[in-house]
Amino acid sequence: MNFLDAAVEIISWALMLAGSFFVIVGAVGALRFPDFWARMHAVSITDSAGVLLLFAGMCMQTGFTLVTVKLIIIGVFLFITGPTATHAIANAALVSGLRPKEAKGFTGVEPEPLTKSDADPASSE
Amino acid sequence: MRTIGTIIAFLGLWLLLSGIYKSLTVGLGVFSTLFVIFILNRMNSIDGDRVEVHLKPLEFLKYQGWLLGEIAKSNWAVTRIILAPSMPIKQHMFSVPYTQNSDLGQVIFANSITLTPGTVSVETEPGQFLVHAVAYSADDKDAIADMDRRVTACEKVITA
Repeated sequence: MNFLDAAVEIISWALMLAGSFFVIVGAVGALRFPDFWARMHAVSITDSAGVLLLFAGMCMQTGFTLVTVKLIIIGVFLFITGPTATHAIANAALVSGLRPKEAKGFTGVEPEPLTKSDADPASSE
Repeated sequence: MRTIGTIIAFLGLWLLLSGIYKSLTVGLGVFSTLFVIFILNRMNSIDGDRVEVHLKPLEFLKYQGWLLGEIAKSNWAVTRIILAPSMPIKQHMFSVPYTQNSDLGQVIFANSITLTPGTVSVETEPGQFLVHAVAYSADDKDAIADMDRRVTACEKVITA
């Protein structure tokens, strides 16, 4: 093993370990945060930094092969579908009447009339 | 012309994804490519609806590089919030106006908001998005307005 191979090995493992760290941070955040809306943000760390660093590390492990092409294609798809899925979940929560707990001094945006009637818990029960 | 381009693109994708170059697998690839082209042509006779991409390629690449930097920054910010013992979260939902003309531009903007940790686009309304931030600060609106400008700069101006 020459110097270059060793360097690639070290960098790729550093990337993968960093990616694993962010995946764990996302999991910790999902457990620590108080409610649905905050937890969603915690998991998005796993989605972006975790996936990105893990994939970069794996690409360096495989080198210039077809596997790298597949990894990149998977990565691109994840980067399009990930936020779309997050948006779908958040939107479903909003439409079904779940409201985030606003920080002190903030009132938040008034929901549109269509969802407002659903938001009233008294009328739905 | 368009058909030939589609055939080449599908065949290339098949060859990249399979990685096995025996006559049977390649033959199956050619067969499925032609079958997809056949289906596409049939569907095209029903509706000629096509997705058109009005983006400046170079600008868009530059934007993606910038977005990666933003993702890295906000990842680090949210990581610090998660690991801090006091967990200083400050949730706030606010609306953000968008200036993109095309659907694709709006999708890119909304997905970029969601992709950066700490902010999620929750609802799309005419002229604005509802955005939820986990650790809202007064700079957030400016940062998102900046992102909005950058996405709009990637759009081609359609003169129709």
